Amino acid sequence: MTLTAERPIAAPATALDAIAEAIADVEGLPETEALPQPTFDAEVKPRDLVIIAYSGELEKTWASLIIATTAAASGVNTKVFMTFWGLQWLVKDEKRMTGENAMQKMLSLMQRPGISHRKLSKMNFLGMGPWMMGVLAKKYGVAKPKELLEAAQALGVEFMPCQMTMDMFGLKKDDMIDGLGEPVGAATVIELLSNGAASLFI
Amino acid sequence: MTTLEIVAQVDARGLSCPMPIVRTAQGIKPLAPGALVEVLTTDPGSQKDFVAWCRSTGNELVEQSVDGAVYRFVIRRK
Repeated sequence: MTLTAERPIAAPATALDAIAEAIADVEGLPETEALPQPTFDAEVKPRDLVIIAYSGELEKTWASLIIATTAAASGVNTKVFMTFWGLQWLVKDEKRMTGENAMQKMLSLMQRPGISHRKLSKMNFLGMGPWMMGVLAKKYGVAKPKELLEAAQALGVEFMPCQMTMDMFGLKKDDMIDGLGEPVGAATVIELLSNGAASLFI
Repeated sequence: MTTLEIVAQVDARGLSCPMPIVRTAQGIKPLAPGALVEVLTTDPGSQKDFVAWCRSTGNELVEQSVDGAVYRFVIRRK
């Protein structure tokens, strides 16, 4: 069996040009007419950002807060979903121990919560690494996480604690800093993302 | 040369990213639309950052200059 592909026979370019000219003559149109250009509307740019703050290490905390403050300062509606180790930064600095049962209490003692007690994932060296980072930050005018967290709140960044993490670590509202939103779950984040918010998982 | 009436100043000299932008956003917010604010920074990255920030917020970058190690921006509030 022979298959024959039926292709339309392309008209020679000159023939097409002749037709176009003929149409243009009849309709009185210029030979080349600029197509309407799509107009760029600044209002339709995505103006929502959701950061999923999963990590509790100093360097990731720092990065999340730099992005969150800059986004809010740029007029972007910014929300940060605080989950797992990310939620640890929203515990008050002065809380030494959190949790309701022995295991939760032990975990908080093993890894101190609070924005000012973040550890580096590498080169922590019993706090030597974060101390050196702090000295360098001061020297180079880099705002510390605590300062950035306060700036973020002042700029209207909404910090959304993860309810599941609150429960798992036995955290109570009184353990957390002021000005937080109501604890929510993943479905709230998914709704924001499906409505077109830009997102970062840090 | 026209004299611009600057009503507020943000001194972000010595501060690193993102504080010059954060301070400017905070400093410009209480001003009336059309008001001019002068921003001083020493962060070389702010040269590009303020152009981008003005584009994304709709504020107008009226003037941009360098004096030694100090960058100066005059921004008109949206």
